[in-house]
Amino acid sequence: MSIRRLLTQGLIVCCLLLSSVPAHAQSSDDQAQTLLQALADSSYADKAGAINDIAKSGDDRARGWLDAFANGKLSRIEKSGQFVIVLENRGRNWTVADALTGEPIGEVSRRDLDSIRINNSLRRDLDGILAVIDLTVKDPARRLTAARALRGSIDDTMAERIGDLLKDEDDSRVRDALKEAIAIHQVQLGDVSAVSALSGSLNSEARSALTAATRSDDPELAAAAKDALKKIRQKLKWNHAAETLYFGLSLGSVLVLAAIGLAITFGVMGVINMAHGELIMLGAYTTWGMQQLLPGQPGLALILAIPAGFLVSALAGIAIERSVIQFLKGRPLETLLATFGISLILQQLVRTVISPLNRTVITPDWMSGSVMINEALSLTLNRLYVIGFALVVFAGLMLIMRKTRLGLEVRAVTQNRAMARAMGIKATRVDILTFALGSGVAGLAGVALSQITNVGPNLGQNYIIDSFMVVVFGGVGNLWGTLVAGLSLGTINQLLEPWAGAVLAKIVVLVFIILFIQKRPRGLFPQKGRAAEG
Amino acid sequence: MNVKRVIKLGLSALAVSASLTATAADLPPIKVGILHSLSGTMAISESTLKDTMLMLIKKQNAEGGLLGRKIEPVVVDPASNWPLFAEKARELLARDKVDVIFGNWTSVSRKSVLPVVEELNGLLFYPVQYEGEESSENVFYTGAAPNQQAIPAVNYLMNEVGVKRWVLAGTDYVYPRTTNKILEAYLKDHGVADSDIMINYTPFGHSNWQSIVADIKKFGNQGKKTAVVSTINGDANVPFYRELANQGVKASDIPVVAFSVGEQELSGIDTKPLVGHLAAWNYFMSVDNDANYDFIDSWINYTGNDNAVTNDPMEAHYIGFNLWVQAVRKAGTTDVDAVKDAIIGVSVPNLTGGYATMMPNHHITKPVLIGEIQDNGQFSVVWQTPSTVAGDAWSDFLPGSRDLISDWRKPLRCGNYNVVEKTCGGKEKVAAN
Repeated sequence: MSIRRLLTQGLIVCCLLLSSVPAHAQSSDDQAQTLLQALADSSYADKAGAINDIAKSGDDRARGWLDAFANGKLSRIEKSGQFVIVLENRGRNWTVADALTGEPIGEVSRRDLDSIRINNSLRRDLDGILAVIDLTVKDPARRLTAARALRGSIDDTMAERIGDLLKDEDDSRVRDALKEAIAIHQVQLGDVSAVSALSGSLNSEARSALTAATRSDDPELAAAAKDALKKIRQKLKWNHAAETLYFGLSLGSVLVLAAIGLAITFGVMGVINMAHGELIMLGAYTTWGMQQLLPGQPGLALILAIPAGFLVSALAGIAIERSVIQFLKGRPLETLLATFGISLILQQLVRTVISPLNRTVITPDWMSGSVMINEALSLTLNRLYVIGFALVVFAGLMLIMRKTRLGLEVRAVTQNRAMARAMGIKATRVDILTFALGSGVAGLAGVALSQITNVGPNLGQNYIIDSFMVVVFGGVGNLWGTLVAGLSLGTINQLLEPWAGAVLAKIVVLVFIILFIQKRPRGLFPQKGRAAEG
Repeated sequence: MNVKRVIKLGLSALAVSASLTATAADLPPIKVGILHSLSGTMAISESTLKDTMLMLIKKQNAEGGLLGRKIEPVVVDPASNWPLFAEKARELLARDKVDVIFGNWTSVSRKSVLPVVEELNGLLFYPVQYEGEESSENVFYTGAAPNQQAIPAVNYLMNEVGVKRWVLAGTDYVYPRTTNKILEAYLKDHGVADSDIMINYTPFGHSNWQSIVADIKKFGNQGKKTAVVSTINGDANVPFYRELANQGVKASDIPVVAFSVGEQELSGIDTKPLVGHLAAWNYFMSVDNDANYDFIDSWINYTGNDNAVTNDPMEAHYIGFNLWVQAVRKAGTTDVDAVKDAIIGVSVPNLTGGYATMMPNHHITKPVLIGEIQDNGQFSVVWQTPSTVAGDAWSDFLPGSRDLISDWRKPLRCGNYNVVEKTCGGKEKVAAN
């Protein structure tokens, strides 16, 4: 271990030298071959030394090799011993390029390739090395990432070098990160004076270092670290509260999305549609289908999937309404059974036609990762988009129901069917359109869910109970009720989860709803007036 | 007279042998029951195992069958419905009179089939890693027992990675609960404090991992190397890993070692954020071995899908089927009792370059491999046991089962023999769960 550490340090030093000296000596291909051979043939423990040698060689291509190695893309052709960089590694034949010349070789059978293996600790070391190199690049954003990555993973040699770099650094954020990195290192060494520099930090590495310091033999250091931690904990409390609220809202928005289509078909029309979950599933599969149609453009496919998912589910909804539900009007029990059957048929249809296996839906780059508010609080992007999407869908539905002719007709038909027909409204047409609208919205939910859960035949099943729960809790027939119910159930669930566990939290929420319905059978926002009796 | 008699006898003997050879050509086929869900939740995992069995049987038939007879697969669909598993097993054994059954995935389905197989004296080959604490005369466990997967994985993390704090995260059912009980006992035996172990259970298909991942992050920020040992089942893993990536938990900071994530599960995920997380199995598709490449090629040809993947339970079926074929050859019959005795000690090659031997406790020897997830959904092996490990039905780390052994050879013939009390525990103790 200590040997490896030593080697890594040496390696970092030479990387630093390497990055600061512009002119590199080009080693011959023979030398390069020997270097790579050493990397390939040594055990994990000795690989650090081999990496060291590669970096020391001063070869221009070294960075490329190390990058490829870090990503598991460096390979050797078994028979010829030629080193290659794998460009495409799916299927039986892989596309490769020569590691020495960079020239593409074409496809090579995976059988004939020996990949040069890397493990987590080597990868961690390599990350540190690459980060130190990145500290000298022009782009301040890259320097910042590199500086942040260095916190908690530097040693004496690096600290010295970073101290030098700090003098020339003009970006204040990079300076702060580097200072923090050095302070963490000093605390790890047992320096009491560095503790104060970390006392306001929300960074997890700083907290780790301080926590470790509280166990130190030096009573002064332990006390100072404890003090600093107390201050940090105070700060963290608010961040954790905000985080929990965000988690709650995000779970809530998923519930709202899944339930809002049901709020129309079940809430407004009174149809108990057990196939609602499968309409969501269809929307998710549409997203997958769009990504298959537009390979390489997952973002565009996702955006196009929004109207497409709506259409597919709406059409499926119309088919269900025309073929089954219209004949079962006013017979809720039969509707329940028939739609449950439809849901099973749709699931098995997907299993047979597409596959029983889950499908990969790619998350576009602009939706992965998170927005950092501060070091302790970051909001995951995919969830943030889903919250936004849920609110937009909700607003859109409210507009349709309140401001359009269709909305007016829907409300008229559900309040008094006979009277509406007498006024010249085509009740059957309104039925079809309403059901299509509710189903289409379920499709939209599917598009959103494809980004946060599995796209498979069982997708819908997981959401159908939650959907009914939200609609009933919010008050049947009330869209606002669905929004409030979804968001509050999500938040309650996330508040309970940390201390009750996921299983118990779900049960507690269900019990809570049962008790609530006992007290107020019509939910949070009961419909009032004559419509409530219908 | 005497001569005539001799000639007569000779003739009749000839006739008999002729008729014998005549019947040998059209002997009834050997029937192999396949009990895997083709619909419902478990179809995602089990339907490929059915295809694996069909492929193996087809290959065996192409090579001339077994004992001069053809093998006929009998496929039934228990539809991911646990009681239906028992019914279908009864149907296979009583109505179709199959000679052997290959099937089941979840432990609960195996537990439901167990009494039927024992009552009707059938043979069941079970191909999936499981929690142990069970031994049946009629069941052969070709998947990993906890000492062939969980314990070596924890050892790897403890000794090679230097992990000091442990998160045991699992789906809420029998396999994770028993495995975590064993692991907890094992960790405490090795001096890990109570406060350094966090145990968390989630329901099947859990998709909202936000607060749990945040908790794991908090737990990992205490200045000691932390790892997650995940017995999270099936596709709940996808949103779990996605949440880990989104919240910035990297494999080099907090590695997750999973016991239920294989190539097939990864084929449904964008694996880029997962690179470096670990899995422990007895087989990986990426193992560099000719037998493995041949198996992959025949699987790709059989499915007609260039991107088809192979996984650990498929290898278990490959081994189980070959063990059974060898045992039938050795016994010269498909009679259950004869095969049960003949199979103990039989060795067949596995796909990782070694041999799998059927032990007297109806478990097999397996190598344990630790692999890191790559960006193409494959694993790269970072560590493996120097030799194969024999499966242990009864864990040495649980108080109730520490003294139990299982040996189905004569004269012991006992699934839970207590080596301290020198008694065979009897049936009631078999179902420890």
